[in-house]
Amino acid sequence: MSIWEYANPTKFMGWTAPVMRAAFWLAALCLAVGLIWGFFFTPDDFRQGSTVKIIYLHVPAALMAINAWIMMLAASLIWVVRRHHVSALAARAAAPVGLVMTLIALFTGGIWGQPMWGTYWAWDPRLTSFLILFLFYLGYIALWEAIEDPDTAADLTSVLCMVGSVFAILSRYAVNFWNQGLHQGASLSLDKEENVADVFWIPLLVCIAGFVLLFIALVLMRTRTEIRARRMRALQARAQRA
Amino acid sequence: MIALLRRDLRLAVRAGGGFGLGLAFFLIVVVLVPFGVGPETELLSRIAPGILWVASLLAALLSLDRIFALDFEDGSLVLLATSPLPMEGVALIKATAHWITTGLPLTIAAPVLGFLLSLAPEAYLYLLLSLLLGTPALSMIGTFGAALTVGLRRGGLLLSLLVLPLYVPTLIFGAEAVRRGADGLDPTGALMLLGGITAGTFALLPFATAAVLRINLR
Repeated sequence: MSIWEYANPTKFMGWTAPVMRAAFWLAALCLAVGLIWGFFFTPDDFRQGSTVKIIYLHVPAALMAINAWIMMLAASLIWVVRRHHVSALAARAAAPVGLVMTLIALFTGGIWGQPMWGTYWAWDPRLTSFLILFLFYLGYIALWEAIEDPDTAADLTSVLCMVGSVFAILSRYAVNFWNQGLHQGASLSLDKEENVADVFWIPLLVCIAGFVLLFIALVLMRTRTEIRARRMRALQARAQRA
Repeated sequence: MIALLRRDLRLAVRAGGGFGLGLAFFLIVVVLVPFGVGPETELLSRIAPGILWVASLLAALLSLDRIFALDFEDGSLVLLATSPLPMEGVALIKATAHWITTGLPLTIAAPVLGFLLSLAPEAYLYLLLSLLLGTPALSMIGTFGAALTVGLRRGGLLLSLLVLPLYVPTLIFGAEAVRRGADGLDPTGALMLLGGITAGTFALLPFATAAVLRINLR
């Protein structure tokens, strides 16, 4: 029995139902705990005041915006190599979720930037590359919507996803070249001595876990919807032929 | 391959529109900018590198949907697919033909328009060089986008939504090279990266384009 058997649509529908439900509840729990802890039970930062608390939304959303694209890339590769339909549908399902995560990251960043940097928006490399990522999501979703034949659409979007990933990374480093940053560096790397202080760090981890679970739940839900829509279309086609 | 290139060039020149249109569009965009931002020479010469690059990018975009659409409609794309020439070669030739009919004229016309925007005199050389190095990448990326949308009836808008984000790195390095040239800084780094992007796209994107064409012709 190999792992690929779980990609069979019927089996997929079977095991995802409980997983999705569990992921939703756990996400709700994590987000409730993390956000309440973060918002009300952590001290204000000594320079940033209470505005620092927006990291409990900003950082997890930004993380998931990038991870959603990586997940789409992985799903596209699986579709191209092994042609599992569920994989293509999962890539399609993840795109709008990633798009919303990108928007959340951009908006919360703007709200934080206004009191801190004195501006909602600056053409900073990180901000700009997120805006470009947003455009990539838009193009990807638009291509899915434009093509009628589902297999052709899956093929074309997966090629676009792969080429787009290369160009997204290229843009990420190209914008560094073009403007020096205003955004602070990474504060959550595993290999560095200096990280965010533990009081902020633990609720932040809980929030990140909540966002990951929420992402999994949403993608599973949307994939299940896509599978049902595809079944419906097959039934309709059969009814027309009969 | 050479026969295909000559056929495409002849079609582009004789079929009306395509060849001169991109150039005229480039001219009009550049002429419109001073109406939009005001005629101060200082401001114009500061934004000239960016304007020239963005305008040439849009002009290249304008003629992209013609790369495959006509061949797809009259069936010659299918003939090309069954010919002994590999699809990768077709993609490469199509991009080259597009560059010769839009990128090259744009590069040659750009210094004249730079004059209109009172570009700094030191920057002309770098404007020419950066466009010469960068516009082939625009054509190649555009050919990939055109291949993606070839089967769609109204692919034009979608094509620009797909292709423009891919143009970002080329635009950044191209405009940066000209700006550094205008400010008297050393633009070699930007130019080399620009050349790198062009070389990379020409090495890799023909494969993606060919794969996409095969899917669309299935």
